[in-house]
Amino acid sequence: MSNLIFLIPIALFLGALGLAAFLWTMKSGQYDDLEGAAWRILDEGDDKPKPD
Amino acid sequence: MSCCAAGTESAAELEALKSEAPSAEEMWLSSRPLSDGMRQVDLIVPGVHCGACIALLERELPKTAGVDHARVNLSTRRVSVVFGDTSSTKTAGDHAEAVLTALGEKLKALGYPAHLPGGGEEGVDPAFRELLKALAVAGFASMNVMLLSVSVWSGADDATRDLFHWISALIAAPALAYSGRIFFRSAWDALSHGHANMDVPISLGVILAYAMSLYETITHGEHAYFDASVTLLFFLLAGRTLDHMMREKARSAVRNLVRLSPRGAMVIRDDGSREYLALDEIEPGMRLAIAPGDRIPVDGRVVSGRSDMDFAVVNGESAPLLVEAGSLTPAGTLNLTGSLVLEATKSARNSFLAEMVSMMEAAESGRAGYRRIADRASSIYAPAVHLLALGTFIGWMLVSGDWRMAMMTAVAVLIITCPCALGLAVPVVQVVAAGRLFENGIMVKDGSAMERLAQTDHVVFDKTGTLTRGRPQLINSASVSPDHLAMAARIARASRHPLSQALAVHDLAGDAVPDFDITETPGDGVEAISPEGDVYRLGRAVFALDGHDQGIDGAADGSQVVLSKNGVFMDVFLFSDQLRRGAVQAVARLSALGIDAEILSGDREAPVKALASELGMKNYVAGVRPRGKVDRVKALAAAGGKPLMVGDGLNDAPALSAAHVSMAPASAADVGRMAADFVFLHDSLEAVPLAISVSRKAGSLIRQNFALAVLYNCVAVPVAVMGYATPLIAALAMSSSSVIVVLNSLRLRRKTAVENFARSASDQRAPVGVSDAGLGASA
Repeated sequence: MSNLIFLIPIALFLGALGLAAFLWTMKSGQYDDLEGAAWRILDEGDDKPKPD
Repeated sequence: MSCCAAGTESAAELEALKSEAPSAEEMWLSSRPLSDGMRQVDLIVPGVHCGACIALLERELPKTAGVDHARVNLSTRRVSVVFGDTSSTKTAGDHAEAVLTALGEKLKALGYPAHLPGGGEEGVDPAFRELLKALAVAGFASMNVMLLSVSVWSGADDATRDLFHWISALIAAPALAYSGRIFFRSAWDALSHGHANMDVPISLGVILAYAMSLYETITHGEHAYFDASVTLLFFLLAGRTLDHMMREKARSAVRNLVRLSPRGAMVIRDDGSREYLALDEIEPGMRLAIAPGDRIPVDGRVVSGRSDMDFAVVNGESAPLLVEAGSLTPAGTLNLTGSLVLEATKSARNSFLAEMVSMMEAAESGRAGYRRIADRASSIYAPAVHLLALGTFIGWMLVSGDWRMAMMTAVAVLIITCPCALGLAVPVVQVVAAGRLFENGIMVKDGSAMERLAQTDHVVFDKTGTLTRGRPQLINSASVSPDHLAMAARIARASRHPLSQALAVHDLAGDAVPDFDITETPGDGVEAISPEGDVYRLGRAVFALDGHDQGIDGAADGSQVVLSKNGVFMDVFLFSDQLRRGAVQAVARLSALGIDAEILSGDREAPVKALASELGMKNYVAGVRPRGKVDRVKALAAAGGKPLMVGDGLNDAPALSAAHVSMAPASAADVGRMAADFVFLHDSLEAVPLAISVSRKAGSLIRQNFALAVLYNCVAVPVAVMGYATPLIAALAMSSSSVIVVLNSLRLRRKTAVENFARSASDQRAPVGVSDAGLGASA
C-alpha cells in the first residue's frame, strides 16, 4: 500500500508528460505534413549541393 | 526520379503550356506580410509527388534573388515561399514584383506549374485540432483510470478500493469535462431544437455513469463505472476524428486542384494608363486588356481585337470559336490566340460564373435531403436505448424497490449498449475505403458520397473531356511527310490554338528556337517567314492557300490544318478527339455491374452517335444545354433512379450537383470539380467502375458492422438488464465490440497490395481483376 503513494503519482506524472508532449507537437505543427515528413527522413539534409 | 520528370509525357507538356505560373500581380495580391519586411505567398503545386520534389523545390527556389526560403507541404501539395529584401525598402513593391516574376519563371523552368489557392480557406482546421486534443486527453484519462480499475478488479478492497475510486474520479472529471464537450454541445443543440441524435444517449450515459460512480465511491460501494465512461468517450472520439479526417483530407485535396479563375485583370483607364485590379473592384463599363492565354475575369463585350476563344466552360466543346468586336465573352472562357480589349458588362458577382454557381446551389439543396446510414441507424437506436434503460430502471424498482440498485443497472444498460461500435462502424469503413480509392487516384469528398455511389444504378456521361480526352490529336501522322510534320510542328509552337498545340507535340527538334518571323492571325492561322524569305502558312485552307481552299475546308469540320509554302499546298493534318483511356473497359465493366450508361452531350448529333456506337452504348442525347442536362438528371431521379453524373466542364456543373452522386476528372473545370463528389486523378475512366465497386463493398461492410453491433447487443443487453454486468464485464464487452468492428472494417484494405502491384506493373492501368475480387468477397 505504501508503495502506491509513490507509484500512482509517478504513473500519473509520466502519463501527463506524454500528453503534454503530444499537445506540444501538435501545436508546433508537426502533424501538418505527414506525407512530407515520411519523405524528408530519406533526405541527407545537409542542404548543400554535392561536391562533384 | 522518373516520377517527377514533368514534361516527359505529351499530356503533361500540353498541360504545362496551358497553365502558366500565376502572374506577379496575382501573387502579390494573395501574399501576406510577415514581420521585418518579409512576405509569404502560398502556392499550390500539384506536381510535387515525392521526396525528390521536396528537395528540389526547397533547394532551387531560394536561389531566386530575394527569396528567403521555401517550404513544401507534400500532404496539401503546397509551397510556402517567404520573400522580401530588407535592404531595398524604398521600392519594396517594385522589388517584390521582380522577385515574384522571377519566382514564377523559376517554377515554370523546374517543370512545376503552380497556381494560387482559392480564397476563403486558410491554415489548419480548428475543428480537427479540437478533436485531436479531446482524443488525447480522453486517451490519457482512460489509460490511467483503466490501470486503477484493473487493480480493483483483481481484488483490491476496502480502503484501497476507495482510494483507487477516488483517484479515478479525480482523473475522469476534468477529462469528461474537456473531451466530452464535443458531445455535450451537440446533444444540447439537438435537444434545444426538440429532437434527439446519437450524442444524447452518449452524453446521458457518460454523465449518469459518472454521477452514479461518484455516489458509489462516496458510499464505499463496490462498483464504479469511471473506466467505462472515459473509455466510451475515447472510442467515440476516435470514430469522430477518423470521420473528420477523411472528409477534410479529401476536401482539401480537391480544393488544391482548383485552378483559379483570375484574381483580377489589367484595367485600362480613360487616360490610357493601365492598372491591375482585384476581381471585386472591377465594375461594369471598365475596359480590360486580355492577353492571349488569359481567362476572362468577368462577362464582357469585345471592344477591339480578334481572337480564337475556348468556350468549353459554356458549351463543353473544345473547338475554339472566333470572337471579334461586339462578341460577348462570358466569364471563365479562355482567350487563346489574340490580344483583346473588353468592356466589362457585369461585375464579378453577377457574371456567368456566379450564375452557374447559384444554379448549382439550388440543385445542391435538393440533395441535402439524403440521410446518411449512420443518421438513420441512430434515429432508431437512440430512442430504443433510452426506452430500454428506462424500462430496466422501472422494472428493478418494481421488483426490488432499491432505487440505487435499479439506477446502477439502468446505467449499466446505457453503457453496455454504448453506441461506440456504431460510432466506429461507419467512419472506419469509410476512412479505409477512401484510402483505397485515394491510392487509385480517386478523391472522395465525404462519406455520404460513398453511400450514395453504392446505390447508383444509372450512369450519365458527358462526352468531351470525359469520355474523350477533350484534346485534339493528330491522326494522320503516319501518312504525312515527316519533314512537313516537323516544319508544321515548329511553326505551331508559336501558337496557343489547340490544334497548334497538338501539332507542337510532334516537334522532335526540341529546344531549337525557330528563327522564323511568326505572326498569328486569329481565326485563320499562323504565318512564318523563314530567314531565306519563304512564307510558310499553317492554318485554314483558305488562309494557307491564298483564298483557294481546293475543296479541303469543306471535307472535315475544322479539325484539320493545312501547311503551305509560298501559297503552294504542302500537306494537310487531320485531328480528332481521342477516347479517354479505359473508356471502353469502363463501359463494359459498368454493364457487368448491372448499371445502365448513357451519353449526354452538348455536341452535335453525328460525333455523339459515332462515339456511342464505338463504346457500344445504346442511349445518347446530343445537343443538350446545361439546363437540359439538369432536367435529364432530374427526370432520371424522378423515375426512381439514382443517377451518377460523370462530367467535366462548367456546363456540366449544375447537372453534377443535381445528380444523386457525381464524379469529375481532375482535368475538369474548377467548378466542375467543386460540384463533384468524387474526383479522379488518373487519366483512365476505369476509375468510375472501381469507385462504384469499392463503395458497394464499403456499404456492405457498414451493414455487416451494424449487424455485428446488433448481435453484440443481443448478447450483452440481457446480461446488463438482469443486473449481472459488473464494470469489468461492461468494459470488456464494450471494447471487444469496438475492436471487432474495426477488424471487420480493415478487411476492405486487404486487396490493396495486389492493387498497387497491378498498377505499377501495367502503368497505372486500373486493376481489372481486383475490384471484381473485392465484389466477390462481399457477396
